[in-house]
Amino acid sequence: MPPDYWQTLRLTLALASCTTALLLLLGLPLAYALAHSRSRLRPLAEAVVSLPLVLPPTVIGFYLLLAFSDSTALGRFLIEKLGLSLNFSFPGILVGSLVYSLPFMVQPLQAGFQQLPRSLTEAAYTLGKSRGTTLWRVLLPNMKPALLNGAVLTFAHTLGEFGVVLMIGGNLPGRTRVASIAIYDEVQSLQYDQANAYAGTLLAVAFAILVGLYWFSKKDAAHLS
Amino acid sequence: MIEFRLTKALHTAAGPRTLDVALSLMPGELLALSGPSGAGKTTLLRMLAGLTRPDSGFLRVGGQLWYDHASRQWLPPQRRPLGVVFQDYALFPNMTVRENLAFAADGQAGAKQRVDELLELLELTELAARRPAALSGGQQQRVALARALARRPRLLLLDEPLSALDLPTRLRLQQALGEVHRQYQLTTVLISHDPAEIARLATRVVELDLGQVRSVGPPTALAAPATVVGKVLAVLPGGRLLVRLPGGAELEVSGTAGVGQEVALTVEVARVL
Repeated sequence: MPPDYWQTLRLTLALASCTTALLLLLGLPLAYALAHSRSRLRPLAEAVVSLPLVLPPTVIGFYLLLAFSDSTALGRFLIEKLGLSLNFSFPGILVGSLVYSLPFMVQPLQAGFQQLPRSLTEAAYTLGKSRGTTLWRVLLPNMKPALLNGAVLTFAHTLGEFGVVLMIGGNLPGRTRVASIAIYDEVQSLQYDQANAYAGTLLAVAFAILVGLYWFSKKDAAHLS
Repeated sequence: MIEFRLTKALHTAAGPRTLDVALSLMPGELLALSGPSGAGKTTLLRMLAGLTRPDSGFLRVGGQLWYDHASRQWLPPQRRPLGVVFQDYALFPNMTVRENLAFAADGQAGAKQRVDELLELLELTELAARRPAALSGGQQQRVALARALARRPRLLLLDEPLSALDLPTRLRLQQALGEVHRQYQLTTVLISHDPAEIARLATRVVELDLGQVRSVGPPTALAAPATVVGKVLAVLPGGRLLVRLPGGAELEVSGTAGVGQEVALTVEVARVL
């Protein structure tokens, strides 16, 4: 077992959990807006959300690294006004993960909203229910598979994140060193056993998550019928 | 008293048209909207519900303006005391029958009692714990009607509520609708293509075509059910009989009888095609 095995694993899980939780909060209103928007700018917004799917992670990481540095107006604002030095820190790799995993949350949620019949929302409105009540009591409970898909994909995708984290965070044990970077680092040092400990754990976790997802989807489908 | 004049641009198969309808409804009246597809019936119903914004006009319900283009007044659907039965029922799949009704009645005084009363009135008590997916079309329709009534609406809007059901279920639900209307005396607007249904339920019928009112008047009375005696021509597979009616018309019916026997049939006009 590598000496900082548990520390690295804790950091990896913390990054994946925080990314998933924050993207659920941010992704829901964004997915709702995209699903119901009739704006001509909608394709543009969809393209921006989907960009991390096609861009190499190092490109995203590179631009975020620049944006967070004191050589840009945004970076200077973050450092001088808000005291946020994001490069080579956990908050920095968290912001990178949010950007990188955004489509993995928003796309399933948007599809979930679009698959619900419009009449469900309209029926709730004619029963005097507000938008918030309709979302919470009618729409979200009827798109649980989409919620679960978005959460699981985001979590699993963040677990395996490499390029963005390496560019923004480097390889600082206890601060930015996540499991995928540790695997790369151990292989570079020819420590194959130690790399295997991390790789095996990621494999087991990913498999368990997928089994859980399919089990829950089946149970939920049976529950609604 | 409900008065309105509502206009809205329509995109019909025959090209762009303008829906322009002015009507007034007496309290407790059951008005049927009829007409071909694309006439604007559903658009009119949606404008009454507040689900579609009219281009111009006004809608006044019991002295309260729900919509007025001139003074830019607009009451959102949430604040209109109405009940809507959608064509696809729009029951909430995550809730049981009772929960669907309770959700609708939530916040009303005596909500639980109201839910129990509606479950009983529409013969849903035994189905109360089921989810919509476990109900037949007719049962779902009764739940949709009960849910629309749970909020004690002042206006009930029904968008072809029985069109997807088979004839026996439709006849039973027409009775239920009639019973609900008698009991609650709700001002009701019903979209229907079925003259028998309109004759049975409506006090007035408005015929729409391409966005315009073609006629307004009492529904056409249909012949009362009659008993005729026919002769069995053949016994068909599956318990069916081929029967010749007086006058020479032949039809298939279910039943058991021998060839050459006379059978009594009750004939009712259910739909004029």
